[in-house]
Amino acid sequence: MNEELQAIWVYLAASPLLTLTLTLVAYQGGIWLYNKSGNNPLVNPVLIAVVVIVGLLLLTGTDYRTYFDGAQFIHFLLGPATVALAIPLYRQIRSVRESWLAITVTVLLGSLAAAISSVGIAWLLGASRLTLLSLAPKSVTTPVAMGIAEQLGGLPTLTAVVVILSGITGAMTASGLLKLVRIRDARASGLAIGIASHGIGTARAFQINEVTGAFSGLAMGLNALATAILLPVLFQLLS
Amino acid sequence: MLGFFIILLTCQLLGEVLVIATGAPVPGPVVGMALLFAGLVVRGGIPKGLDAMASALLSHLSLLFVPAGVGVMLHAQLIGTELLPIAGSVIVGTMVTIVITAWVMQLLGRKGAET
Repeated sequence: MNEELQAIWVYLAASPLLTLTLTLVAYQGGIWLYNKSGNNPLVNPVLIAVVVIVGLLLLTGTDYRTYFDGAQFIHFLLGPATVALAIPLYRQIRSVRESWLAITVTVLLGSLAAAISSVGIAWLLGASRLTLLSLAPKSVTTPVAMGIAEQLGGLPTLTAVVVILSGITGAMTASGLLKLVRIRDARASGLAIGIASHGIGTARAFQINEVTGAFSGLAMGLNALATAILLPVLFQLLS
Repeated sequence: MLGFFIILLTCQLLGEVLVIATGAPVPGPVVGMALLFAGLVVRGGIPKGLDAMASALLSHLSLLFVPAGVGVMLHAQLIGTELLPIAGSVIVGTMVTIVITAWVMQLLGRKGAET
């Protein structure tokens, strides 16, 4: 009996089906808890799924590469999904055209606020220089953030981690915070979420409403561009 | 449905090619989003099937970040050494950025704010 189980395990561990299914089930579990909590954003499905999966991988001694063999099919869809953000954005075209100047200024200031606050707080708390450089682009979507960190002389792998954690933080706290400071403009909420917490925030923004989601997706793209241009210049000026 | 998925993939592919060719500091899929947006502007509307395809993909957008999120396990010990500054920067920095950005846009964008 035990040997049979062992044989099944060996077979499954070698196929991508197991980790692909695990990812979907863990996320579905996260969604279930989120719904059970009355859609409380603090009960974040991504965070729950990540914690469950990391726990199981550590328990079974499975490495990330083996996990990713299956999960890459889900990861791959991030590309076409990002392209698809053009559609909700197109529905807001009138609003974007009307306020393009306000959007541009907001993205530039927001991009600076993100870099200055992340570096400033870490510096006050005694971070090393390497950590400061790795934290600077933490609000930008992962591939761009890693590129910027490398250019500044930071540690791209550390950047990848803090980018994900910033996304989850934004997704968990944004709606509460925006209510607290009385933001009623859905465009402002969307830009704020997209700049501070990129794609993970954008996914959350679509749960709030479509306008917030569309502006969040827009802000994510513009912020990547703005930060990639501004941050190296800013660092050159300061050092 | 297949045709519309091909449109999304083609935009992404063109985006990736443009990024490699020009060395632009943005991800290929973001350029692909800009290309598709431009295409919709030229066409003057969203094809129904494309709309359905996009809704299907975007309704589970959070799920797509899970595999990358699990990658945090690879670098967890990097954070351990400077836990306080990193946690402070990530949590407080993200919240500060949200508030400042939303305030700026709400101030600048008074006109047309009723959504």
